Amino acid sequence: MINLTIDGKNYKGEKGENLLQVGLNNGFDIPHLCYHENLSPYGGCRLCLIEVTRGERTTLTTSCTYPGEEGLQVKTSTPQVLKARRLMMEIILALAPSSSHIQSLAGKMGVERTPFNYQKEGEGCIKCGLCVRACEELVGAGVLTFSHKGPQRKVEPPFGEEPKNCIGCGTCVYVCPAGCLTMEDTPQERKIDRWKRRMEMKTCQKCHQPYMPTPQIEYILKGPPDPPPEKWLSCCPICRRKG
Amino acid sequence: MKRLTSITDLEKLQKDLALRRKGENLLVTLCQGTGCKAYESHKIYEAFEKELNARNLREKVSLRSTGCHGFCEQGPLAVIFTGEICYCRVKAEDIPEIVEKTLIKGETVERLLFQDPEGGKRYAREEDIPFYRHQERLLLGQNRLLDPRSIKDYIAQGGYQALGKVLAEMTPSEVVEEVKKSNLRGRGGAGFPTGIKWETTRQAPGEEKYVVVNADEGDPGAYMDRSLLEGNPHLVLEGLIIGAYAMGAKKGFIFLRQEYPLALENLRLALKEARDYGLLGENILGTSFSFEAVTKRGAGAFVTGESSALVAAIQGRVGEPGPKHINTALQGIGGKPTALNNVETWANIPRILERGASWYASLGNRENTGTKIFSLVGKVNNTGLIEVPLGTTLKTIIFDIGGGIKGGKKFKAVQTGGPSGGCLPEKYLDLPVDFDRLRELGSMMGSGGMIVMDEDSCMVDVARYFMQFLKEESCGKCISCREGINMMYDILEGIALGKGREEELELLEELAWATHKASLCGLGKTAANPVTSTLKYFRQEYLAHLKEKRCPAGVCKALISYTLDQEKCNGCGRCQKLCPVKALEGERGSPPHLNHPLCIKCGICFEACPFKAIYVQ
Repeated sequence: MINLTIDGKNYKGEKGENLLQVGLNNGFDIPHLCYHENLSPYGGCRLCLIEVTRGERTTLTTSCTYPGEEGLQVKTSTPQVLKARRLMMEIILALAPSSSHIQSLAGKMGVERTPFNYQKEGEGCIKCGLCVRACEELVGAGVLTFSHKGPQRKVEPPFGEEPKNCIGCGTCVYVCPAGCLTMEDTPQERKIDRWKRRMEMKTCQKCHQPYMPTPQIEYILKGPPDPPPEKWLSCCPICRRKG
Repeated sequence: MKRLTSITDLEKLQKDLALRRKGENLLVTLCQGTGCKAYESHKIYEAFEKELNARNLREKVSLRSTGCHGFCEQGPLAVIFTGEICYCRVKAEDIPEIVEKTLIKGETVERLLFQDPEGGKRYAREEDIPFYRHQERLLLGQNRLLDPRSIKDYIAQGGYQALGKVLAEMTPSEVVEEVKKSNLRGRGGAGFPTGIKWETTRQAPGEEKYVVVNADEGDPGAYMDRSLLEGNPHLVLEGLIIGAYAMGAKKGFIFLRQEYPLALENLRLALKEARDYGLLGENILGTSFSFEAVTKRGAGAFVTGESSALVAAIQGRVGEPGPKHINTALQGIGGKPTALNNVETWANIPRILERGASWYASLGNRENTGTKIFSLVGKVNNTGLIEVPLGTTLKTIIFDIGGGIKGGKKFKAVQTGGPSGGCLPEKYLDLPVDFDRLRELGSMMGSGGMIVMDEDSCMVDVARYFMQFLKEESCGKCISCREGINMMYDILEGIALGKGREEELELLEELAWATHKASLCGLGKTAANPVTSTLKYFRQEYLAHLKEKRCPAGVCKALISYTLDQEKCNGCGRCQKLCPVKALEGERGSPPHLNHPLCIKCGICFEACPFKAIYVQ
């Protein structure tokens, strides 16, 4: 355990645990968009900026990428922290104006509107990379990546082609804070348009409803060291529970 | 060649080679740097060979291809020793005359000597030319003397003696102490004390350590690292080997920009020769010290010049910067301690150890010791690579060395430190150029780029240009940098097009602040400098664009129009012939009519008119 101060009060945290998590655990409402507790920190959205004093040096840094250590002094709401966060939020709002999640976070931060106009390509993506990391680190499929640099940067499957290793699990859609990813199920197939991915759906042997993409079932069966019995996956979760 | 197996071997070889060089009565060195090569300097070499052979002089005259001499404005250059006669803008057809007059008769060819654009005085000796006279060429000086593709040349001129001395007389910690005492600061731009960095890496726990040369020079118009690696690769390599010894590194990397093929070629040859001579590899000069170095090529991203991005790139990952609480000196390649220094920093090391830290510290001023190479480009008479002690004033650099502004125009600003440096106005011409002074004024040393601008430069356009460069080179990870620069660019573009609103200046300032404050790496942190410095020192120019829809320098196309003065025009028709859109209408022999809706404001007529009858409004 380590001791550090946040906004003048003493708190405890784990050594090496990132300061955003330490703050969140202790009830500090530090805004963030590209952070997820089960993924490696990235530091792209710049919303979780804080001031950290270590020894004699004070820096403005993203809390999600800064590891906790003994004696750090953290300030979460100095004027420059708030100003920088506000500007970041205004930019993000301009990038993804129709995301309800981002709108509500902006509202909480007191940002009602943005002075920036951003009617360009990007289709609402804020390039936070949560989908990229989730696909790589949680799912293990690793079919998404960043391509290009600067404002041209975008998330796409390698070479922009249909990712054959995508299992269609939808984790990317679930973690996206900007709501720019959609997944659509028809009786025959699942579609994730942004990745140009279409997959056949497995139909439940009992109720004959589509319930999971075939590549996902194959992935689960060969994936973990101790895969579930094949018959578990022959029917949908509802029918399975019924027995 | 036999491998050198002891320090005395090296000393003996040096003496032998130096003695042999003394016998060289006539020596011609020809610049074969990339700049001069573009002017076909290799043909000059061939022409010399041909002429010397024809006159049976090949045995008597030593001909040497060298790296960049620095005076690129006047290239290709040929220097004749002894006498150090410097011929400028030499062409292959000049060679018979040079051989006849200078090499045989000992006379000079007047017309090929440097002529001062102001006053017209000609200078024969290289060291008398004002461009060279005000310099202190500690690192670049050897470039004009040695063949970068010959280790023998380097050794003959005292090369690897510093390494010999270090291995014979000094412990690793003494080397680090000496570098600390010299007060050398990192030449890559940030100016971090090299000795302290070395000490950190040296004292870091673990056996496995690395040394890295950062040769990912990417600033537009800056080429000091390239010229050192092309012209004197062994100097950098010697510094690296000494550093490896001091810090206990067994392996080194030279991370070279993709776009530097000649530097790569010369460097690879230098590594091979050093290996053959026992100066690299196992048991260097017969001691227990072993060290190996390899080259790595960048993939073309500007941001890989940043230390953590460079370390990522060396390991084969995408060259994107990593968190700043991790110190590369402690956790670099593979998480092992890694001392990463710029090309120029490494090149300083042999000099410091040859002549001692106190001598080195006597150059420059107290906090900024030694010399610095700048690439002096833009609207000065003498463009090229220059080297001066830190603390030399801008005035000396631009007017004494640079020879003042081209075409007798007025100085307006100088941008130091590459694309993310600031633009300094005339009132700071007396400023001593060092790391701290430049930073205080909102600019930076950067890697040493220096772009001089005259009255015809529009500062809004300058800021716009650099934002365009930087937005494309931002890796795109941090929103503050990626979108901040992009949005600054959009606003500047709007101002240049005459569509800007006055309240946008405030927004521009806020964006500049946020890009600086909220970004992770040096690129984002400094990217706003061109904007903040021009807003600070040239605000009137922004206001003229915004309020009066006028570009005072006559650069922003949307805000200017060309007018033809009927009185001055004699109807020569030159402009009509050159106009790409045929906007100048009328019969030849009488002043044409400028059809404004057709005009694309390319400025070709304006530049071409011999009577200055076309002017900008």
